Amino acid sequence: MIRLTVNGESMKLYSANNLQELLDTLRLSNQRVAVEINSEIIPRSLHSQTRVREGDSIEIVRAIGGG
Amino acid sequence: MTQDIALNDPLVVAGRSFNSRLMIGTGKYKDMEETRLAIEASGADIVTVALRRTNIGQNPGEPNLLDVVPPEKYTILPNTAFCYTAEEAVRTCRLARELLDGHDLVKLEVLGDDKTLYPNVTETLAAAETLINDGFKVMVYTSDDPLIAKRLEEMGCVAVMPLGAPIGSGLGIRNPHNIKLILENANVPIIVDAGVGTPSDATLAMELGCEGVLMNSAVAHASNPVLMAQAMRKAVECGREGYLAGRMPRKAYASASSPIEGVIGS
Repeated sequence: MIRLTVNGESMKLYSANNLQELLDTLRLSNQRVAVEINSEIIPRSLHSQTRVREGDSIEIVRAIGGG
Repeated sequence: MTQDIALNDPLVVAGRSFNSRLMIGTGKYKDMEETRLAIEASGADIVTVALRRTNIGQNPGEPNLLDVVPPEKYTILPNTAFCYTAEEAVRTCRLARELLDGHDLVKLEVLGDDKTLYPNVTETLAAAETLINDGFKVMVYTSDDPLIAKRLEEMGCVAVMPLGAPIGSGLGIRNPHNIKLILENANVPIIVDAGVGTPSDATLAMELGCEGVLMNSAVAHASNPVLMAQAMRKAVECGREGYLAGRMPRKAYASASSPIEGVIGS
């Protein structure tokens, strides 16, 4: 089990080998999002080969209404 | 019906041409459907969006803004609203570029104060420099200070967007003289961003010679946003045509429109 912080909330996961699996678990894989791990942007093309590690701080953002 | 004179007069920002000179925000609408209808009625090509954290664990199926304003149809202009430092603004723009598959046109706004939402100009300058060096095309929200507007242009911003009045205030163009001063020296599009409340405000901005108007609240907070979006489209076109047509000179005294010769009984 690993502990992560996702969008400021702490989270325990039983399995998430990589970022793509984390997005699948969060049911975000079919949404257009951008992701940072520890303040570093992870390009979409690298999601499935980027490991998620104990203690990682992850930001997942999307577009919303704004002026 | 009368046919309009066709104008080949696109708005050109960073080498890209846009038919509409009205740019519109996607915030504050009742729902996604109203957002979609208002943006359609506005005729806008450039549509602003904000970036926020996704909701984790709730409503994963909720409608996505980019389904309503698809990037294939509109030029999405991500903003940096509610960034108070250059660092936050740069981070937001980089995330936006990733979100939008390398899209490099951004609206930079670095705010200084919650109550007025006035731009923090020193942080704005710092953020603009970093973003331009990083390859972004920066459309920058700023105060109506002509010197700062010029400085932002010289740094390489692709459009300078002075406020007409505070964001969301609907107070109109409070200092048209400053907007004129900015326009006199400008070599990039000057776009009034923020402050517009009515169609006549938008028309005034365009009559002054602005290249465009960006608004959100004036449409979203109208009683009928879709109708207001349509009115704003016409207002911007109307102001642009009036500007291109060139106004008559002002005179201190009257000048009759009808000839004086042949007045009956003279």
